Amino acid sequence: MKYKILLFFLLLFSFSSKASQIEVCKSCKISTIKEAISIAQKGDTIFIKKGLYKEQNIIIDKPLSLIGEEGAVIDGGEVGVILVFETGNFTISGLKIINVGISYTKDHAAIKVVKANNFVIENCVLENVFFGILIEKSKKGIIRNNKVSSDNKNEASSGNGIHIWNGNQMEIYKNELFGLRDGIYFEFVKNSKIYENISHDNIRYGLHFMFSNKNVYHHNEFRNNGAGVAVMFSKFIVMHHNKFRLNWGSASYGLLLKEIYDAEIYNNLFEENTIGINGEGSTRINYTNNTFSRNGWAVKITGACYKNIFKKNNFLHNSLDLSYNSKINDNLFENNYWSEYNGYDLDKDGIGDVPYRPVKLFSYVVNKTPEALVLLRSLFVDIINFSEKVSPVFTPDNLVDNKPLMKIIHD
Amino acid sequence: MLKILKYSFYDLMRSRWSYVYFIFYLLLGFVLLFLNNNVSKAVITLMNIIIVLTPLIGTIFGVMYYYNSKEFTELLLAQPIPRNKIFMGQYVGISLSLTLSLVLGLGIPFVLYGLFRSASIFDFSLLLVVGSFLNFIFVALSYNIALSTENKIKGFGYAILMWLLLAVVYDGVFLISLIFFNDYPLDKFSLIATMFNPIDLSRILILLKLDISALLGYTGAVFRKFFGTNFGMVFSMSVLVFWVIIPVFRMNRKLRKKDF
Repeated sequence: MKYKILLFFLLLFSFSSKASQIEVCKSCKISTIKEAISIAQKGDTIFIKKGLYKEQNIIIDKPLSLIGEEGAVIDGGEVGVILVFETGNFTISGLKIINVGISYTKDHAAIKVVKANNFVIENCVLENVFFGILIEKSKKGIIRNNKVSSDNKNEASSGNGIHIWNGNQMEIYKNELFGLRDGIYFEFVKNSKIYENISHDNIRYGLHFMFSNKNVYHHNEFRNNGAGVAVMFSKFIVMHHNKFRLNWGSASYGLLLKEIYDAEIYNNLFEENTIGINGEGSTRINYTNNTFSRNGWAVKITGACYKNIFKKNNFLHNSLDLSYNSKINDNLFENNYWSEYNGYDLDKDGIGDVPYRPVKLFSYVVNKTPEALVLLRSLFVDIINFSEKVSPVFTPDNLVDNKPLMKIIHD
Repeated sequence: MLKILKYSFYDLMRSRWSYVYFIFYLLLGFVLLFLNNNVSKAVITLMNIIIVLTPLIGTIFGVMYYYNSKEFTELLLAQPIPRNKIFMGQYVGISLSLTLSLVLGLGIPFVLYGLFRSASIFDFSLLLVVGSFLNFIFVALSYNIALSTENKIKGFGYAILMWLLLAVVYDGVFLISLIFFNDYPLDKFSLIATMFNPIDLSRILILLKLDISALLGYTGAVFRKFFGTNFGMVFSMSVLVFWVIIPVFRMNRKLRKKDF
């Protein structure tokens, strides 16, 4: 008897957990993805074999796994949205999705996810997209190893690579994003992680936060974008070990901070940006162990920035280290290494005996009259900088690094 | 003219000042590269030096040479040689020897440190071209001053003043007018204002090829649009040529009437 009951349960168990696999290919019984989805049961796997599928507006409303064989391509024909997930617990992997339609009124995406929990989007290649992956009101999603690209020329007719509106606990890693408007865009997203992504050659930002609190991004590389990363109206953002490189143009930033509070910025590299960090209305931010190398301006503070602490950063060969537009200073600079520092260290404790003034008179003048920048590196400018250094009149006199380091910091 | 050119050239070589100048640049090049070990960064530092020093040395050399060789010049004038040939020979002789010192002095260390393998070879050659132009311009300007002033001390004073005006005071006035007329569009003005000072023009030419071209914002866009194109490059080079031709032309006119 016992044996029979066990067998019964075993049978029941195997029955209920049995998820069938549906194969889709051009010569199979099921030759379109839409057809496969309509006959699939909850938890089934749809295996899409090699081939070109010209479909769009595919709506998935039950938990499924969509697995693509290498060479499986879904071509949206530049009409509209391609895949729409209106369910949670799904996986999509290994598909190549191309040609999303451009619209000025609708957010067409290659993969659109609405109100979903627990999903994985991985190993997909999205090309010529408007929006790449568009996620709305979702939780606990993982987006990894995808390659999203387009060849957009202007902001108005382009979308974002990974766009999340209203999300929580998302994880985005090891993706490559290029030729889009924003590589990754977060709006009202909380408790999420972004790491090891490469976002380059985008029109606007590599990564963009709006009203998104308590997020972390690290070990990413942002290169050649309109601006590297923009963090706006957000709190408790941690940014570390990122590379901001070559964001070079007449209005380019490595990192743009606007109305942000309580952030941690450490161990990042800012290299050859027009402006390394542009801070506006950013308060209680700790900048530690960052390296600013060969930027136009390393740090530009344009207003209402309070209680920022700059400690142990390297400022190396920037045209201008710091630009400041007010005479009041509420920010602290301490223990940084400045390549332009020429003081001495008599007691050999590694800390310069003379304070360093990072704001030069010239950068003050340039703030007032941007055209004056044509006089950069002229002898006259060197002379006025020197005289201002000796006796500060125009620049905030308490804006000094009292303990500048003598040697560059290597981690 | 060629004979006199050759004579002035060898005279300067014999006086050892060319060697001193040459060795100065040689040492400078080596020290810079030794400290930096990076050709492109050394180019930036070098620019600061060339922009200030080349005009100064050109000015001083020009005035000094004129006054020192005055007696010999007068002797030459007694011979049946056209005046302008004598002075042109001297002028080209000085400028050439200074330029040679500059080009060789800086060229040798940079070539040894692998200039040809570096991407900054174009920037470096632009630097040398601009430096040579500055030599020719400032020797011509100082010769003008020396020709117009009999008194040695006065001549020196004027020459130094001229250098000071162009290297420092001009930029000061430029900056003040930029700040003063802040409310007006200033991009065209600053573009034109740089044309009237060979030092500024050279500085901008090099800077736009180097690190800060994007830094200039809107003005930068105007500048880059102008200097970045082939037309702008040719135009600014021809402005530099004009800066040589006009003083030389004036020198020749002055010569015809001057009573030695």
